[in-house]
Amino acid sequence: MADEHKSTFSRRGFLKGAGVAAATTAVESANALAREAQAAAQPDPTLGPGALPVKLRINGQDHAVTIEPRYTLAETLRNNVGLTGTKVVCDRGSCSACTVWLDNVPALACMTLAIDATGREITTIEGLATGDTMHQVQAAFVKHDALQCGFCTPGMIMSCAALLERNPNPRLADVKHAVSGNLCRCGTYPKVFAATLEVAQQRQQTAGLVGLTTGKEA
Amino acid sequence: MPLEIITQEQEQGAQPGAKKVPNAAKPEPQAVHQDVAAPPVASKDSGPPKRSESFVFGIPQNGLTSKQREVPVDEPPPLARNADLRYIGKPTARYDGPAKAMGKGKYTADVQLPGMLYARMVDASVPHGRIVSIDTAAAEKLPGVRAVYVVQHTYGLAELRDPKQETPSRYPLIRYAGQPIAGIAAVSPQIADDAAKLIKVQYDPMPFVVDRTEARAADAPAVFPGPADAAGSAGGGGGPKGVPQVGNVHGPQRKQTGDPAAGFAAADVVVESEYFTQVQTHSALETHGFVVDWKPDEVTVYASTQGTSSVRNDMADVFKLPKSQVRVITEFMGGGFGAKFGIGNEGAVAANLSRMTNAPVKLMLDRRQEHIVSNRPDSHQKLKIGAKRDGTLTAIELTSYGTAGVGTGAGTAGPATNLYTCPNLLTEEYDVFTNAGPGAAFRAPGHPQGCFAFEQAIDELAVKLAMDPIALRDKIDENQARRVERQLIVERTNWRNRRPAGSDAGPIKRGMGVAQSVWYRFVSMNSSCEVRVSRDGSVELMSAVQDLGTGTKTMLAIVVAEEFGIPPGQVVIRIGDTRFPVGPDSGGSVTAGSITPAVRNAAYQAKQQLFAAVAPQLGTTPDNLHLAEGRVLFKNDPSRSYTLKQITGKLPTDEISARATRGPEYAKEKLTYGGVDYVELAVDTETGRVHVEKVFGAHDCGRPINPTGVISQINGGILQGISYALFEQRIMDRKTGYMLNANLDNYKILGAREVPEIEIELVENYIAQSSTDAAGIGESAGIITLAAAIGNAFFNATGVRMRSIPMTPANVLAALGKVPGQPGQEVQA
Repeated sequence: MADEHKSTFSRRGFLKGAGVAAATTAVESANALAREAQAAAQPDPTLGPGALPVKLRINGQDHAVTIEPRYTLAETLRNNVGLTGTKVVCDRGSCSACTVWLDNVPALACMTLAIDATGREITTIEGLATGDTMHQVQAAFVKHDALQCGFCTPGMIMSCAALLERNPNPRLADVKHAVSGNLCRCGTYPKVFAATLEVAQQRQQTAGLVGLTTGKEA
Repeated sequence: MPLEIITQEQEQGAQPGAKKVPNAAKPEPQAVHQDVAAPPVASKDSGPPKRSESFVFGIPQNGLTSKQREVPVDEPPPLARNADLRYIGKPTARYDGPAKAMGKGKYTADVQLPGMLYARMVDASVPHGRIVSIDTAAAEKLPGVRAVYVVQHTYGLAELRDPKQETPSRYPLIRYAGQPIAGIAAVSPQIADDAAKLIKVQYDPMPFVVDRTEARAADAPAVFPGPADAAGSAGGGGGPKGVPQVGNVHGPQRKQTGDPAAGFAAADVVVESEYFTQVQTHSALETHGFVVDWKPDEVTVYASTQGTSSVRNDMADVFKLPKSQVRVITEFMGGGFGAKFGIGNEGAVAANLSRMTNAPVKLMLDRRQEHIVSNRPDSHQKLKIGAKRDGTLTAIELTSYGTAGVGTGAGTAGPATNLYTCPNLLTEEYDVFTNAGPGAAFRAPGHPQGCFAFEQAIDELAVKLAMDPIALRDKIDENQARRVERQLIVERTNWRNRRPAGSDAGPIKRGMGVAQSVWYRFVSMNSSCEVRVSRDGSVELMSAVQDLGTGTKTMLAIVVAEEFGIPPGQVVIRIGDTRFPVGPDSGGSVTAGSITPAVRNAAYQAKQQLFAAVAPQLGTTPDNLHLAEGRVLFKNDPSRSYTLKQITGKLPTDEISARATRGPEYAKEKLTYGGVDYVELAVDTETGRVHVEKVFGAHDCGRPINPTGVISQINGGILQGISYALFEQRIMDRKTGYMLNANLDNYKILGAREVPEIEIELVENYIAQSSTDAAGIGESAGIITLAAAIGNAFFNATGVRMRSIPMTPANVLAALGKVPGQPGQEVQA
């Protein structure tokens, strides 16, 4: 892809800055290196401006779509794939309503070209639940009423769930940091914090219980 | 804002000119006395048959009493206090929470229909001027474009009293940059965007003015060639009509009681100052938008709206359609805050494009357009208050100027008029036209501005009188709920440890302050619903009323659940569709107080029908049956009971249903609601940053139905209030007439890191006015008070009064006298 090396570079920078857990970073770096090597070996093909067939892996399933290279991932998910859980609010990377995961790392779908997401594992809000069973963070949002109009909620949940993956024991300040880019006009923040911290606490307790039953420290 | 109980009549044609302006189609709220249709002498005989009932009354903290009321015989028995109920008043999870959390909720922006086209609005690139020509040929030729519609009439602007004053023109005159000109429908949003760039508009530019102060000058460019008026929407807003207009200055709306001059002469102490507030944009996360599917037999409109009824009325009006051929659907809605009533320009354009293309058309505004099409007007207020040595108010005088751009509705006198008892009052409110997007109702229209000035002036009065600000309010405030709320603040916060102003020696200065709000009990009679019970035990509620994210669905499920004795999750709520009985438009905190009594009454009547239908088969009489904990019980035989399903299984038909409509309030009384908010903050006097650290809010909304949802809304009001006080500001470029910060990267709203610790206490207030006694919380939920409370806490921290918002670092440093060449604000006592 035309901008593969660019996006890889910036994403690595982001990962470094975000202080991702070491194991994830190692895997990420290996993938990134492989992509860079591939990009160096092959000259960038010219794509577009017309539509072209693209395969996207979304929530564990392959989707074949015909899109123009200029389509953002957010537009493509919503208009071409029909996954409208990902919201577009500012369309310029300043509100995080469109947050999805690319290879399990939060990314702004309105600032990502869909063709740059080929070969990546895309996770949207629709992919977080297991069937009809909500992800823990989703359930906690409902329990704490961490949503009102709900338009920021998918992005907010994607940010919070990702935080708990990389930091299983966050403090309030960590949650605030994780959603510092997620704008909400209804004022759900206090309950977003409470919901996320409660999931972290539940997971700690569960881990503690497992530790007890196996006789090992959690 | 009148204090009378309000009936919002939604019928069209009640007002001349309604056909031209969708937003004007809603008559302004009019003070309608409850029994206006029935003369007092005949009222007992001509109304529906009534019975006398004893209602719980008052505020628990003050000790509850009872109140005798005459109620229609088909209404249910009075509800007990919340503590004695099963579901009402108990924290309940949001009905549509899982759908929203899982990304399954379909908002208008998410609607996709077979063959749907995507539309883009093209808007004006000059702030004032005549359109000479519009060339759409290149856009129309672009492959994938299906239609271009050129706007013939622009909605939302004030209209000239004498239309002949406008120089005739083929196209509507452009009066603000961003005014809609045309719409394009294409097979993809990207092609619609491409085509938008191909529309060539030639303007004959005219002089313009975007600054309120400059617009008041005698030689300022005239925004309108003569006097013009704008109506409010179902959410309020809109200024007075027919007032004097000189140049761009529309007004005053003058209101006087008593003799203000004599009041000031009798005062021992007078405070007098000027206050300034900025323009705030609504910034709902879902932009305004519609999907219109125009079919010959029915036009279906998916709308991001606060009023399905308002959209249907406008569609019928503008397109000369019978209402029976218009269906409006709002299943999920991404926030409104007052800006979304009627079809607006975007709805009209989408409908025209759908009609032209014979295809469904989706038109969502982009974020820039969202910032331009509506706002909370700014203000410049001159306020003077006189008081006796003991705090008794003797006179209030307020003059306010504000710009709602090309609209009106910048008045700020609500708090000064309605918070406290004062025998002598004079308010003069002026709208100043500018070449900027129209103001609109925005969460407690006029009140955050008015409260910022008025509640700081009351604090200033307390300083002058050497009184505790809460003690002063205890002296002058007759509202019983606010009295309890102030007491909660004294008991539950650091208030008793409050120090003299400017006590901290270092650069970080801490302080605390309070401010109070007032809002009004508005009730819409367009509040109907149907409750269905099926043979399999299903219970459904249907109404056209919408849920903006305020939790309407949950609230209604709770009310039905209480009546049937089943958990709220077992009630199916179907709302936001005009195929169901008409619902109130959600503005002015009208929804809860209007629709919940109708819902409870319908549920009760459906239950009575059920009992009547099955009692003979059970060998008993209907009045021997009641429902609790999901079971049908026999009053005369506690050992006998059936499940609801066993009972409904005995129904002679598949389904029974009852429909109910909101009846008048039980008694004609002037009722208001209020909240008191307490703020602790720190001012960094070196950087100019204000950190709000703690907010304690005590609020009254009648009988809370779902405390969880009420608290969520109050959180939102408080955070929007902090955002208004500290961050938000529309910036207009005087040279180009453009809004410079029309997106969320430059228009700063509060984010996660600016959220303080918040504690909220709900004060139950039983008023014995309807079968639920519920009331809305949207307006009085903190948005009114926070700027004033922050201002008062800022003074307590620094000894300096902030008389203008937003309190950005630059403005704070200037007020603290730390900017060379700027004198700073006066330091008070």
